[in-house]
Amino acid sequence: MSFPFIITAALMLVSAVAAMSLRNLVHCALCLIVTFAGLAALFLQMNARFVGFAQILVYIGAVAILILFAILLTRSSEMKTGQLRVVPSSWWVGIAVALVTFGSLALAVSSSTLLKHPPSEPGIVTVKQIGFQLMENYVLPLEVIGLLLTAAMIGAALIAMREKQSP
Amino acid sequence: MTPLHYYLIVSALLFAIGFAGALTRRNAILVLIGIELMLNAGNLNFIAFWRYGSHPEHHFTGLMFVIFSIAIAAAEAAVGLALIISIYRHYKTTNLDQVNSMQG
Repeated sequence: MSFPFIITAALMLVSAVAAMSLRNLVHCALCLIVTFAGLAALFLQMNARFVGFAQILVYIGAVAILILFAILLTRSSEMKTGQLRVVPSSWWVGIAVALVTFGSLALAVSSSTLLKHPPSEPGIVTVKQIGFQLMENYVLPLEVIGLLLTAAMIGAALIAMREKQSP
Repeated sequence: MTPLHYYLIVSALLFAIGFAGALTRRNAILVLIGIELMLNAGNLNFIAFWRYGSHPEHHFTGLMFVIFSIAIAAAEAAVGLALIISIYRHYKTTNLDQVNSMQG
């Protein structure tokens, strides 16, 4: 286990916990950005350069900013500061279910025998190779993704558009 | 070189954190953030299995899946946040416990 991995993974997990448990929504979104950056660093450590930089561009540049805008647009008077308990009592069920999920996943990972072989030599995948693959083997999924993104963009604009006042 | 186990454990932890957040938080935006975290945990698994498979420079399936998954997640976030803004305009709240007019 290498030292950069420990630092990146610990930072990412701590900021993920903070993003899910903080009171202030803006703080949650900023912690989410740190989580996405840590994930991009993990991708870069595994020689997945294109995916790492795409993670930075798409998640930090688009999704996190979109979430920040949505938080600012929907900021209402629900910023109650009355109860400042660390963990409200209604959270325990959800946390317990998540812990059971993690326990079963960790049990499956640790009991697997398929994972024992050492990793192969680090192969560098260039963007040129990815582009050729996208244009040859994965051209149909690429077209479908383009169609889906167009439909999602039009749909999001239609849904969020201010509707006419009903009589 | 970090063994594959550690990446899988980190990914499982990230999934559990996002799951707990999506189950416990009452704000719709935070539920969406939890779903994004779960999607990212899946992406991390895909990249780890791609990297530790045989000849990652010739088999692109894991990498391509993550690229398409990122695109899907972007579309999902856009539509989800548009829905949340639309709900906020109707109900003046994003608390999921108060948006219950379709409750049986």
